[in-house]
Amino acid sequence: MSQLNNQKDYKKNAKSYQPKPNYVINCIKAFFVGGAICLIGQCLQVFFIHFFDFTEKTAGNPTTATLILIAALLTGFGIYDKIGQFAGAGSLVPVTGFANSITSAALEHKSEGIVLGIATNLFKLAGAVIVFGVVSAAILGVIRLFLNNLLG
Amino acid sequence: MIFLYAFVVGGLICVVGQLLLDLFKLSPAHVIVSFVVAGAVLDAFGLYDKLIEFAGAGATVPITSFGHSLLHGAMAEGKAHGYIGIAMGTFKLTSAGITSAILFGFIVALIFKPKG
Repeated sequence: MSQLNNQKDYKKNAKSYQPKPNYVINCIKAFFVGGAICLIGQCLQVFFIHFFDFTEKTAGNPTTATLILIAALLTGFGIYDKIGQFAGAGSLVPVTGFANSITSAALEHKSEGIVLGIATNLFKLAGAVIVFGVVSAAILGVIRLFLNNLLG
Repeated sequence: MIFLYAFVVGGLICVVGQLLLDLFKLSPAHVIVSFVVAGAVLDAFGLYDKLIEFAGAGATVPITSFGHSLLHGAMAEGKAHGYIGIAMGTFKLTSAGITSAILFGFIVALIFKPKG
């Protein structure tokens, strides 16, 4: 019983020693880095529309692919993790964060081999994104289709 | 002007993510998963397309657009083929993103050495 209390006390005491995140500065960093990544994306999109045969609707595909390539290379050089430490959600939320999670998980397990290390761990973190995306899209898709059929 | 909107909207979406990290103590994985689900929900109500029209890459680059494209592809095929179309179309629009992420992630992991 006393041990339990000690554990509770420990959690309470430790909390006051943990560094408090500086909410405002973290948000400003996330805003500028995240905004900058989206700005680069917008420039790429305009570039693909003007110099290649892409429309506004399809230009998102080469833009995403280019951003993913850049993010994968930056992860390989170890630069993206430094950006991530600085920017927090600013580099996590854009699609580049998705590419970073895939590449870094694969790199981390490289020593276990190409098949058992790289290939099986590629989706270690990104798997959650795909699972929840597909499940929510399926549920919402069925509901919307049902309503569409119902209302004619 | 679209460049400014892309910067501001993209930045604001990241600020929401940062607040979820700091205030609600969610892990990065939970933040990304909630954003994907949020993107699909916004698309279900037809709101995400309006955001893309307004902000361009500010709405298509954040991971919320992944959920939006999944549902969008599913609905496009669903309208043409019924309920099985939902399974046929889910990955139709996100194919470029997922393929390039797997391909480039694999190649980079082959070439580079892990850091740190």
